Amino acid sequence: MTTPSPTSFGRAVFELLSSMRFAISLLSILAIASIIGTVLKQAEPYNNYVIQFGQYWFQFFETLGLYDVYHAAWFLVILTFLVASTSVCISRNAPNFIREMRNFREHVSETSLTAFKHQHETPITQTPEVFAASAQDYLEAQGYKVKNLPRESGVLLAAKIGSGNRVGYLLAHSAIVLICIGGLLDGNLIFKVQQMLGTKKIETRDIPQSQVPAISRLTPANPSFRGSVQIPEGGSADVVFLNVADGYLVQDLPFTVALKQFRIEHYTTGQPKNFESDLVLFDASGKKVKEATISVNHPLVYDGVAIYQASFADGGTRLQLNGWNLLAPTATPFEMKGTIHNSSELRSASGNYTVEFTDFRPFNIENMGSGPAPQDTMSVLGGNPTGKGNKYLHNVGPSFQFKLRDARGQAREFSNYMLPLQLEGRWYMMSGVRDTPNEAFRYLRMPLDAEGKLESFMRLRAALMNPALRPEIAARFAHRALPSQAWNTSLEDKLKRSAEQVLTLFAQGGYQSLGQFIESRVPEKDREKAVSTYLRILELAGFEAWQAANAQAQLPPPSATDASGWLVRDSLNSISDIFVYGAPVYLQLAQYDEVKASGLQLTRSPGQNVVYLGSALLVMGVFFMLFVQERRIWLRIKSGSALFAMSGAKHTLDFENEFTKHKQAVDTLAAR
Amino acid sequence: MELALNAPQPLFKRLSWFDWLYAALVSAGGLYALSRFGGYMDIYEKGILLVAIPALSVFGWFWKPVRVLMLVVATASLFAMAQYHADLTRMEQAFFLKYLISSQAAIMWMCALFALATLTYWAGLLSRSAFLLKTGTALTWSAVAMGLIGLMVRWYESYLIGVDVGHIPISNLYEVFVLFCLITALLYLYYEARYQNRQLGAFALLVISAAVGFILWYTFDRQAHGIQPLVPALKSWWMKIHVPANFIGYGSFSLAAMLGIAYLLVRRGILATRLPSAEVIDDVMYKLIAIGFVFFTIATILGAMWAAEAWGGYWSWDPKETWALIVWLNYAAWLHIRLVKGLRGPMLAWWAVIGLVVTTFAFLGVNMFLSGLHSYGTL
Ligand code: HEM
Repeated sequence: MTTPSPTSFGRAVFELLSSMRFAISLLSILAIASIIGTVLKQAEPYNNYVIQFGQYWFQFFETLGLYDVYHAAWFLVILTFLVASTSVCISRNAPNFIREMRNFREHVSETSLTAFKHQHETPITQTPEVFAASAQDYLEAQGYKVKNLPRESGVLLAAKIGSGNRVGYLLAHSAIVLICIGGLLDGNLIFKVQQMLGTKKIETRDIPQSQVPAISRLTPANPSFRGSVQIPEGGSADVVFLNVADGYLVQDLPFTVALKQFRIEHYTTGQPKNFESDLVLFDASGKKVKEATISVNHPLVYDGVAIYQASFADGGTRLQLNGWNLLAPTATPFEMKGTIHNSSELRSASGNYTVEFTDFRPFNIENMGSGPAPQDTMSVLGGNPTGKGNKYLHNVGPSFQFKLRDARGQAREFSNYMLPLQLEGRWYMMSGVRDTPNEAFRYLRMPLDAEGKLESFMRLRAALMNPALRPEIAARFAHRALPSQAWNTSLEDKLKRSAEQVLTLFAQGGYQSLGQFIESRVPEKDREKAVSTYLRILELAGFEAWQAANAQAQLPPPSATDASGWLVRDSLNSISDIFVYGAPVYLQLAQYDEVKASGLQLTRSPGQNVVYLGSALLVMGVFFMLFVQERRIWLRIKSGSALFAMSGAKHTLDFENEFTKHKQAVDTLAAR
Repeated sequence: MELALNAPQPLFKRLSWFDWLYAALVSAGGLYALSRFGGYMDIYEKGILLVAIPALSVFGWFWKPVRVLMLVVATASLFAMAQYHADLTRMEQAFFLKYLISSQAAIMWMCALFALATLTYWAGLLSRSAFLLKTGTALTWSAVAMGLIGLMVRWYESYLIGVDVGHIPISNLYEVFVLFCLITALLYLYYEARYQNRQLGAFALLVISAAVGFILWYTFDRQAHGIQPLVPALKSWWMKIHVPANFIGYGSFSLAAMLGIAYLLVRRGILATRLPSAEVIDDVMYKLIAIGFVFFTIATILGAMWAAEAWGGYWSWDPKETWALIVWLNYAAWLHIRLVKGLRGPMLAWWAVIGLVVTTFAFLGVNMFLSGLHSYGTL
């Protein structure tokens, strides 16, 4: 038992690396390792992983680098081994492969030929030279290279074909090495090293790019990067952002990209057909150096940096809004302006708010998923704005999204459509609301009047909210509800008071407070009845309220039609919902001036051409290896007999067939 | 016997007048298309068309039956286009279109014929009937013809929907499944002729029937046969070469797996007297994997080049890409074991069968279970 000397150890490593078993294991390991990254979604925001796996496993997987497998150290190690193994394998095989290609194996002994699996002896009548000549002609006609060697008492023909197979091996395997090297050149290896040395670190704060410190910036000299940036129309950028782990790096560009215009072309069916950006490039001195239009599949390459159309977004659309104060008994909107990605202040009786405008969509062709309707007794805050079970996608016009943040920093998200939607044959303005991003929007529907306006609803709402009007409304109601002989009796008084009470309750909290009131006052068995009478009162009183409101606004009284009935009913539902709507205002989109932003991806990949060269070699090499077979033939010719022997690297059926063919040919030649 | 002595004649010297006629027709058709539609093509598409002319000609010279196939398909497709009078609604009215050669009808015929061919091959195999096996071959050829006609006409229909909608019908899962059936069938037919041996058709057609089953489900359950306009990412000439190359790979690998099954059965003495010898099966299996490997290598490289143009990087480790790599590595390992270690036998056959599972996942599973950049139809 002697300890291995370094040389023999080196030898062992060499043996291992160049062993086929090792190569095959490598290929398998690489394949299996690659699977991980396809099963686990890569480069997600880390929170998603925490939610998915919980703290403990999140940590564990992070240390394994599973969120960016293909750049994890261990993955690179596997690749390195593949490169090493292939190189060693080449260096080991190349010399004798090249020798083999030249060599005719002319020194084979006769005895070894007789030992061949594929050999055949024929008697010949011609002299060895004559037979050799004809045999040589035949073999050369078949594409063989033939060497005619004088031997004692005769001739040895040594022939071979298909040396390309060996060339193929060399090409294909060097190609693997080339491709891996090219890939490494384009990988983030340099940064990884700098990160280890602590000379660079990723930025995780959400701050303006100008404030990102140098330690998280990469200079234009950086040989390879792949980053993205969003530029609004009329804007420009001289950096891109590289997402790394749970943060990002800022890559300074050697030039400035300005976006003149971004366009989306559509098919007649509405699907997007093309995304285009008109770009202008300026060099460091601000001189215009290039102007071009890029689109998907048609990037622009400028001094080694390729610019791709990657995505698009809103670039700060300007909105003109009508704000309706929902809690005050007023029926006139106030004007308001907003810009997407900015926020505006909002003062109201119920405190101050900030409106953060998050997004604008010029059209919504898709069908919003229907969320579960809330459980409060009679609310119609429904999920799907286009009606239940409506599978058909159609454009419901522009919408904008905003977050309403109260003084305590609590925010709710709203999504308002510009155009009314028709549901069950009636028209509504829709405003979606949700508390958390992963909920579906629940929609407040506000009915439109005969003129297709919100005014009637708002007037009716204001009247019902206004305590000063209540006695009058109640009086009108009682007066209308009773036959004339009951007027001015205690009965009318009683009815008036209960109407006033119902209105007050409703104005305090919609159906809910009515419901609670009933539950607290009315015995179980009578509740059904109570509910229906209260609702009846509410509806009739609602209609009176509308009349009172119109009278106040010197407008003609509403006609007592079905439509009016529906408007009152819808209004009551809507008002009741306003109590759970969670915003003091409804922001109605009056006008917009759209500004788009184009998402660009900029890459610099010096390795690309290396990879392409490797790929070309790989294809050629694999082709040669698989479709060119090396075969050798020997003819040991003596006076009276010829020994024909054949060998090939791979014993396929083709080889067998060829052997029989040549064997027969030799016989025929001999029979001449 | 003298023949054995003559040097093999170069292809050119062996051409008949029909070969030349065929080549002439192919060139005429190609050049006409170029002159008529060149205006709508970019330089690359023109290049592809020009390369397609000699490629198709040589293909036909090298494998004679292809000449007839091409001529039949061309004639039928032109006839179908004429029937349309540039009006899609004729699909429902014109007799030939409605029942025979509108794309949908033709593809349904393809499905039926493949199913029939499968049964016939099996009947022929079990009853040792040479006639039935011949019929199987005939049915398979006609299925291929119908499928090709279907795709050709579908291509034309897509332009009738809208000039901007029109595109080559290899752009979604439904279309490439048809392509898969065709390529797999052609690969099989080639080796059938090459080895003068029809019994293996029973196995080859199994995988095609499976694909046919999918097409039918996808058509009737999911209405996936509608022609959709291309998403911007797919609007590229790369698609025209990347996708077919890929499916030659998929096709060969699937066939190899079927032969793997046949091999295993024979080795267990099942159907042994009916099927060709294990050596033959093993040999074809190797050839298929070799072909598949070459084309899959090319396809993956083309894919990388396309990605470099569409996504801004030749390799993004997108699930589809990664699974292509996995498939490729798998067969690289297979070839090493077979050719370098010289191993043969059940182990490699099993491996080829498992290879199909991996390939199928790369082809379908990725779309079903994993999300990524690839804009092909998800199920
Ligand atoms: C992704 C990596 C690789 C690929 C795609 C690949 C591909 C191939 C292919 C297709 C063949 C054809 C079989 C033949 O005709 O002989 C082959 C042969 C071969 N490979 Fe690899 N190979 C890879 C890695 C390796 C490695 C790491 C080694 C070193 C251990 C290696 C050693 C060989 C040898 C010795 C042959 C036989 C050459 C001959 O005798 O013709 N290969 N390779």
